[in-house]
Parts: sequence; structure tokens; C-alpha cells
Amino acid sequence: MESVLTVENLSISFTQYVKGLEKRELTVISELDLDLKKGEIVAIVGSSGSGKSLLAHAILGILPENATVEGKITYKGEELTEQRKKELRGKEICLIPQSVNYTDPLMKVGKFVQLSVSESKEEAKKRQRKVFEEYGLSKEVDDMYPFQLSGGMIRRVLVSTAAIADSQVIIADEPTPGLDEKALNETLKLFTDLRDKGCSIIMITHDIQAALKIADRIAIFYAGSTLEIANREDFCGNGEHLRHPYTKALWMALPENGFHTLTGSQPSPLQLPKGCLFSDRCHHCDEHCHVKRPDLESVHSGKVRCVKATIIHEHAHEHDGIIHTHKHVHNEGEEEHVS
Amino acid sequence: MYLKAKDITFKYGNKKILDKVNFEIETGQRIGIVAPSGFGKTTFARIIAGYEKGYSGTVETDAQRQEGYNPVQLMFQHPERAVNPKWNMERTVNESWQPPKELYDEMGIKDEWLKRYPNELSGGEIQRFCVIRALNPKTKFLIADEMTTMLDAITTAQIWNVVIKRAERGDIGLLVISHEKSMLDYVCTKVVDLSVINKYSK
Repeated sequence: MESVLTVENLSISFTQYVKGLEKRELTVISELDLDLKKGEIVAIVGSSGSGKSLLAHAILGILPENATVEGKITYKGEELTEQRKKELRGKEICLIPQSVNYTDPLMKVGKFVQLSVSESKEEAKKRQRKVFEEYGLSKEVDDMYPFQLSGGMIRRVLVSTAAIADSQVIIADEPTPGLDEKALNETLKLFTDLRDKGCSIIMITHDIQAALKIADRIAIFYAGSTLEIANREDFCGNGEHLRHPYTKALWMALPENGFHTLTGSQPSPLQLPKGCLFSDRCHHCDEHCHVKRPDLESVHSGKVRCVKATIIHEHAHEHDGIIHTHKHVHNEGEEEHVS
Repeated sequence: MYLKAKDITFKYGNKKILDKVNFEIETGQRIGIVAPSGFGKTTFARIIAGYEKGYSGTVETDAQRQEGYNPVQLMFQHPERAVNPKWNMERTVNESWQPPKELYDEMGIKDEWLKRYPNELSGGEIQRFCVIRALNPKTKFLIADEMTTMLDAITTAQIWNVVIKRAERGDIGLLVISHEKSMLDYVCTKVVDLSVINKYSK
């Protein structure tokens, strides 16, 4: 299937003033790759600080002025230049923001959604009503203010802004946290419906369970880079089909899979290791991992940035036990790192 | 030690949200509370933690206040809003107590984070400090309102494993409010549905 959007070797850095006129370059995203095919949902899963929201801002061209972007973003086969981003955002490429904080508290929600239509006022009104109707928002809702709506309704209003614009690519930033089960399933259905209409969707989330409910593929972000791109089916059992040790650790950290924890934390952009970004927390790490950043390579119909991925993957199939080393970490305290 | 809520009733304006809710927890217990949005989970947490006035009913505990320190501590969903932006993390934690180094290690906190300010850390990193701050030995009951909702799976497991250990030792009673059923099943020994024990139903 053809790719609608591809991101290759993206890096984002910020120029910061540290003290007086002393400046520093802070690289927060490096070697980030992603591709999105027509009619698919790709979830970007990562913890806070992994760079997932910045990627969205880079695609939309709404990064602050002190940001420098390198690498290549392609949309429908053509490079997505800053000029093109400006033309397409809010139309073909839409962002669905996180929460009610992104609505205008003093504007009626009907009017708020009409803003996304560039045609005449009457046309905008007509289309807004039609979209609201599709989403089960009755006529009274048009004249309500955001504070009068429940969390689930606000979510539908925010999705309406993208649906009304006939978007081809929708980027949803953390659409699920804090929703109860019913509202969560409702929200996820809004996205699968949009996909069924041919939209391509990037869902940014830290919630791997929500991602697995609807995403076709999952991109795992860590410390500003893509560590793995996996298929939804790969997340099963004890993670034998997952390629990167970090992805496995994420999977095994779910309560259903034993709540296994990992010592340490994601490295800060100020102190990134020279080699693999995950090396200081990895049980498979050896001297090869410290030499350089591994490339993103294809392994078993997915992609992974780990020099030992093929070996680990094969071992996992041979004897299951090797992956379970994560299990006891939280009881033993600091584990030993081979360096 | 116990923490007991008796006949708690609360209204927002004319809208009754909690009606005669009874609830009891003891140190060493881990109880989860579930209910759909709008059923008063957060309000209930705020009442038993002493943040909300204007309710009827009583909240009793035999845990003593020591030097003004409330033995019932509430943990919030958004850690950024629970810390002073002008204090570094060391000062933030030390306002409560001086935790041992091992606790910082257990929580995956790096030494250099102590000198940082909240805007230099991620939400997950700040929440680890907030948990340590609340694990002051004077704390007898910890009320976690969507404490890990904003965090990734590994950080979530990391934080809960530390907290569960304290509860298993009998140091604290744990009341956990969340929509995440699988997490509650793992963390808690018992899960209560607030929409059932709340006499008021929609």
C-alpha cells in the first residue's frame, strides 16, 4: 500500500540561552522515522519526553521559532515544505488536540467547529450540523459552551473539527487518558470510523493498551528516536514477537502481563548515550551496543533499531526464558550493566 | 489504624453527587474505587483527604496529626500542578521529609534531578518525586486519584511496585481511584464500585 506520509531521519533541536548570551543547542529528536499508509492507524507510543508531540508539531509546521528541523517529511510523494504545511494544515492534515483546554471557553462549540470550514458561513453552518448529527450531538449542543459538555462530548466536538475539514491525515494527540471505559470505547470508535472512510491517522499516546485496541501498527518512541515499528499482532504472549528489548519491557510492564518494572529512566537530551539510547537499562547490552546508534532495520515484517534484535528474536522463539529476566528486577534493586 | 467515612453526602449547588456513602479502610489494605465519570470519585477522595468542606457526615481516623502533618495524603493526576514551580525537586521533597537514598534509587530518580525545577522534568519524573514526598513515614493513608493515568506503562509499574511494598509492610493503607481496571486488579486487594455504595444514582 502506498504511503501517505513518511518521516525520514528527522531531528529537531532547540537553541536555548543558558546564561546571558551563552547559547546551547539541545537536540530533542534524532534519527526519527515513521511512515503512514492510506487508511491505516499508526500509534506512536512513548513516555513523556520521548518526542511524540514534537513530531506532530513538526509535521504541522507549528514548532517555535528557536527550533531547527532536519530530515525529510514527505506527503503524497512530495516534500512537505514549510509553505505546503501552512497550506495543508487544518485542511488535509489536521490535529485533534488533547483536551477541553484547546477549545475557546467563550465560544459556542457549534461556532468553534464552523471555523474549520473555509467556505461561506451558511455552508459552514450546514456542514457543522451534519457532522454533529453524525456524532450524536443534538441541536441544543450547537449553542453550548465547552464547560457545559461532558468529557465524551467534548471529545466528539474536537473530532468534528477534523471530520468537517475532510482531512486525509489526522493526528490525534493523547486522545484517551482519564476517560472511563464507555467514553474510551466511544472515542476509539470515532477514529476507526474515520479510518474506514479512508483517513490515515496518527494516534499519539502513552497508553499502549488504548493503542492496541485500534492501531494497525505501533511505533515505539524513546528519548527522541524510533526504537521499533511493530504490528499490532506482535503484542501477545510474553512479547516473543517484539523486536526491541524496550518494547518487550513496555509490554511486560502492563498489569495483565505481571507489572514488571525496569530500573532507571529514559535518558535526558542533555546526556544521551553515544550508542543505543536504551543501553543503560538493557539486559542484552554488551560492548557492540556502545559503539554507535544502531540503524533502523527491517526484522520480521517490522523495523527495529537494535544491533542484537535478530539474535534476541530468535532466542525468544527457541527458549522462552531469556526474556523473563525483567521479571525480578524490581525486587533485586539495581541490576548490573555490562559495559 | 483506620480511616472511616460515615454517611458522606455532598452537593454541588442543588445537585447531589454523594449520598450517604460509607467506607472504611485500614493500614495494610489496598482498596480500589471505580465508577463512571461524574459519580463523585474525586470529590469523595478530596473529602476524606480533608480538602473539601461543606459535606455532611463524618470522616474519622485514629491516625494522629504530627507537627501539623496530615496522616492522610492525596496524590493528584497532574503532578505539575502539585508542586511549586519555583522550588527545585530536593526542596519540594524535603518540605515533607528527608527520604533515604535507596528510596530515590528504587523510584529510578537520578541524583542530578534533585537540583532541577519542575519545568525541566517530564510529568512522569515529577510524579516520582510527588510519591516519595507522600511516603513520609508519618503518612498512614495514601489516596491516589488517577495517580498514574498520564504515565507510560513502565513508569506506572515502577511507581506502584514501590507503593505496594509499603502497603504490604503494613505501613500505609492505600485507596486507589482509577478507570484502569487491570491496574486496579493488580494493585488492590479489593475493588469497590462507588456507583453501588453511593445511594444517589443517576
